Amino acid sequence: MMTYNFSVSPDFNPSHISGWYIFNTWLQRTINEDIHLELYDNFELQRKAIADDQLDLIYANPFDAALLVREKGFTPIACPSNQSDEAIIAVNNESTITTIEALNEGTRISSTDDPDVRMMCMIMLEPAGLGSHNTVLNQRDTYVLVAKDLLKGDADVGFFLEETYNDLSDFIRKDLRPLVRSQIQVIHHLLLAGPKLAHKRDEIAAVLLAMKDDSKGKGVLESLNFEQWNAVEQEETEFMIDLMDTLTAE
Amino acid sequence: MQDMKPDNIVGEHREQTLSFHDGTQRKVFTTETETPIPDGRLIVSRTDLKGMITHVNRSFIDMSAYQEEELIGEPHNILRHPDMPSAAFKDLWDTVQGGKKWHGYVKNLRNDGGYYWVYATVIPNVRGGKIIGYTSVRRKPSRKKVLEAEALYKTLS
Repeated sequence: MMTYNFSVSPDFNPSHISGWYIFNTWLQRTINEDIHLELYDNFELQRKAIADDQLDLIYANPFDAALLVREKGFTPIACPSNQSDEAIIAVNNESTITTIEALNEGTRISSTDDPDVRMMCMIMLEPAGLGSHNTVLNQRDTYVLVAKDLLKGDADVGFFLEETYNDLSDFIRKDLRPLVRSQIQVIHHLLLAGPKLAHKRDEIAAVLLAMKDDSKGKGVLESLNFEQWNAVEQEETEFMIDLMDTLTAE
Repeated sequence: MQDMKPDNIVGEHREQTLSFHDGTQRKVFTTETETPIPDGRLIVSRTDLKGMITHVNRSFIDMSAYQEEELIGEPHNILRHPDMPSAAFKDLWDTVQGGKKWHGYVKNLRNDGGYYWVYATVIPNVRGGKIIGYTSVRRKPSRKKVLEAEALYKTLS
């Protein structure tokens, strides 16, 4: 029997690691296929796996979805119903900065290498006349390290995926303050099937959509903090990719 | 396209007539009231090949001061402000019809006569090698860029 490779966008919430393993086990049993779950520590490693055509199933962020659909022949399967990708720019609670427009050239940014969060946050800095040419970027491996940069005064602003910001411990979050939150609403992660798994796409979509009605499936959804999966049509994904295209640098 | 209705206008206003490239005209009323885009918002719309609106998001509706049903099926130049030079829109259409991405600073007209500045990006929606429509995303520009665009457009009007 052929083994398919499954991966999750490296910006997944660390507390959901076990949830993804549980999901993978459930999916293998349900569709009767061997699927190996490979979680990458960073985007660079996962991009290499994508470039080398090593992946057959991906829970991808919207930035990578564009590449996967347009260049690698992946097709959208489903997306979680209660998750849209929004970003937060936060400051130290004691910072005198209260609006984006109060930020000046030379602003020190702390960010992970999460491409869609970085893109959304850089767009939110534009009203202050700031861009990559007149800011200083410190790249960190995790959002906790971004938060620490703010707490120690090593950065003026920090870029966060909203979900991850909300999952920071109360101890860290009480000393931070969101400066602005994106309200894009139409950008979200989604599960995509690669060409080798294309013949199973409709079957996977059907079992995912039915998960919420099954007690075992419901438990798996809970481990990922998803309410349910929603169907995603090709055109809906193409629209999201077009939107991402408008946002990427000229 | 219908003329603007004086009843919708808030505050002291000026009446002007816009002439479009297709020979049609529209009477508009403008005020000096600016409504900045709130931080973090993106205004999204889609049009068909003729520039008729097929989709708008919540931020589009809020910023334009129209109802969704007043926008769908209308030409995108329902937002055209008389201070915008027609050369900017010619450049936009020439660029996207050629399959390329266009971006620029645009002063948009609200249904209440006020205005809002945006940094707009428009791209053709290509499916199976053919352009089937256009997507536009507008975001909050810096004040410096708005002042530069304002000065430039005065020389082009």
